[in-house]
Amino acid sequence: MSKNSKNKKLNNKSVNTAPNTNELTQVLICMGTGGVAAGALDVWASFKEELVLRNIPAMLGKRSCKVKQTGCRGLCAMDVLVDIIDPKLGKHTYKHVKPEMVSDLIEKHILGHEPIVKWFAGKDYEQFYVKQERTVMKQYGLVDPESIDDYIEAGGYIALKKAFKMEQVEVIEEVKKSGLRGRGGAGFPTGMKWGFCHATHGNDKYIIVNADEGDPGAFMDRSLLEGNPHAVLEGLIIGAYAIGCNHGYFYCRAEYPLAVKRLKIAIEQANEHGFLGDDILGSGFNLDVKVKEGAGAFVCGEETALMASIEGMRGMPRPRPPFPAHQGLWKKPSNINNVETFANIPLIINNGGDWYAGIGTEKSKGTKIFSLTGKIRNTGLIEVPMGITIKEVVFDICGGIPGRKRKFKAAQMGGPSGGCIPESLVDVPIDYDSLVEVGAIMGSGGVVVMDNTACMVDMSRFFLTFTQQESCGKCVPCRIGTKTMLEILTRITLGHGCEGDVDLLISLANDIKGSSLCGLGQTAPNPVLSTIRYYRDEYDAHIREKRCPANSCKALLKFEVIEELCKKCGICLKQCPVDAIIWKPKTKAVIELDKCIKCQTCIDACPFLAIH
Amino acid sequence: MCDNNDKPCCGAHKEIDFGAADEILNQYRGKEGVLIPVLQKIQAEYGWLSQPLVEHIARELNIYLSEVYGVVSFYSQFYTEPRWRYTIQICRGTACHVKGSLRILENIEDELDVKAGQMTKDGKFTVEEVNCVGACGIAPVVILGQKTLGSITVAETLDALRNFEEQ
Repeated sequence: MSKNSKNKKLNNKSVNTAPNTNELTQVLICMGTGGVAAGALDVWASFKEELVLRNIPAMLGKRSCKVKQTGCRGLCAMDVLVDIIDPKLGKHTYKHVKPEMVSDLIEKHILGHEPIVKWFAGKDYEQFYVKQERTVMKQYGLVDPESIDDYIEAGGYIALKKAFKMEQVEVIEEVKKSGLRGRGGAGFPTGMKWGFCHATHGNDKYIIVNADEGDPGAFMDRSLLEGNPHAVLEGLIIGAYAIGCNHGYFYCRAEYPLAVKRLKIAIEQANEHGFLGDDILGSGFNLDVKVKEGAGAFVCGEETALMASIEGMRGMPRPRPPFPAHQGLWKKPSNINNVETFANIPLIINNGGDWYAGIGTEKSKGTKIFSLTGKIRNTGLIEVPMGITIKEVVFDICGGIPGRKRKFKAAQMGGPSGGCIPESLVDVPIDYDSLVEVGAIMGSGGVVVMDNTACMVDMSRFFLTFTQQESCGKCVPCRIGTKTMLEILTRITLGHGCEGDVDLLISLANDIKGSSLCGLGQTAPNPVLSTIRYYRDEYDAHIREKRCPANSCKALLKFEVIEELCKKCGICLKQCPVDAIIWKPKTKAVIELDKCIKCQTCIDACPFLAIH
Repeated sequence: MCDNNDKPCCGAHKEIDFGAADEILNQYRGKEGVLIPVLQKIQAEYGWLSQPLVEHIARELNIYLSEVYGVVSFYSQFYTEPRWRYTIQICRGTACHVKGSLRILENIEDELDVKAGQMTKDGKFTVEEVNCVGACGIAPVVILGQKTLGSITVAETLDALRNFEEQ
């Protein structure tokens, strides 16, 4: 297929044009947030120190070794991931690299040319990439996110030059042709949105990148900004040109300091190279871009609330109309798109809208990045073509559910605005419309996988706690309605639920959905409705039998070992932080309730689900 | 009055030096939409936003005090109470929740005898629930001081806390 050959071409190009690749051994260390949390900085320091210690002329030219930091690789569960690319042996990937392993890696692999097989990332790592289609994330792991030269070498800013040779409407037409829909969650066609804003007069307009990735469990935007900020920036500049606006903003949440730092570096470098500022590439087009840091408010992901926040006010949504395309930031026409949406733009301009429209399903085009987290073997970021099934994602790419007695129960998609997809629906294709049909949404792409130890009532309560806290309070249904729903859910999980609570929840949910001002309130009841739809029996068990079928709600637990299920393995004893478990080989474990602090560690640890 | 010198000062009884704040204010005066960055920078300088500071900002930027407090109380990253140098942040995102972050939070609260959002009695730690930090791949996540601890269990968290005290 033509799209594949195009991919390959681009891939080869990016490898061949890297500096001195032929002579250098390259060490690529994953330095995303996941990598850094797993100790990537220490590994990086060890490599540098060892290379100096061993008098290997590190980064000094030919036959030496280049140590390079890379953005998030996606497979955070195996961090710290390190690639060693030997000119003769090719690329080998190591997982769970620790500083103490560095000396051996240098000795045996870099100097001795003998890779250490036992530390290889192995089959799971390869499996992780087989069904993925990495277009937006293609340059991950190859490009240093703090180097514009790296990005340019890998084919960056070619799309920008191409776009500037096109008419504005031609650019918009190309994006329309691609079928790209907003990656922030709602899925509005991007080309159409640009068209609305383009149609307004003057150049005193604003283009905004929504990097306020507040959905808990979603981190693809963080990863894009940390891993390849120039790609997003390039998309923004192309968008600004197409719409005809001179002011750009990144609104980035304050919880992502590394993303903010790398963005600022990228903007500075783009200014130096003439991709930003006045008279960009001699076209006469001007664009200045600023970064605004959020201050911690989920509702600011809503476009009108975000604009209020940039203006320095409380981030509260405004009623629409007027729509932002006519009256947005500072009452000027404004266009706002998600980080991932912008990251797709250079690809569309480079390869054409038709190429992009060839990927995915009839109504959902292209690829989508998902963050797979929760009770799953390989957590991390994946990029897949639209239309792939949940089953393929969970089991083929991410390796399924860890633990012998643990089974897949549900995948939660769309965060606090979304819903659950139960086991019976794992064959549903992932596209905007199919997901809505089953009561979930695409959302920004967070997928939290739950196994049979997750209580669905507790999950509802968790999401309502979140939305209730983040409700800005401007409209009554959201402010008071979500609070009432939360109170009902809380009493159910505490064992005080009463008959009729579930029906009351459904009725409240529908009212809140119908009458709230903005997207936060309109979607806040979704997690509750979705869990009631598929797991009503669990609600009933909590209310009628005062029992939590998943053994998760603390107030309903007895902290007793079930004799028939206990395999007498003693794992619970090793995990208990207060030594409250009595166990001897070949005997059933017993929990001493006067010592037990009810931390539930044993319940999580027991492979046989024998504690309730 | 502050009666304990080991604790961060409540700021109520002594004159605050507005010098650093004024320097920040001077960079922003007369521009539009600057309140949030001004508050962020001043908080970074002073650690938290005391009442005299907030009043000073309102006066200098010529914004109603109620409006400034409206913004300060709206966003979770602004603090109107003193915080100690060490914060224990427990991520309460979905992935961390599924992997047991509530249990970790409850056990930290029990261990230190505080509730989330409060400072310990010895003034050593502030315990905080935070929204998703985006490190879901290594959930559950606890940020102890400057250090991010990923894939952590209750027992490991308590160990880390106890060892931290010994430092």
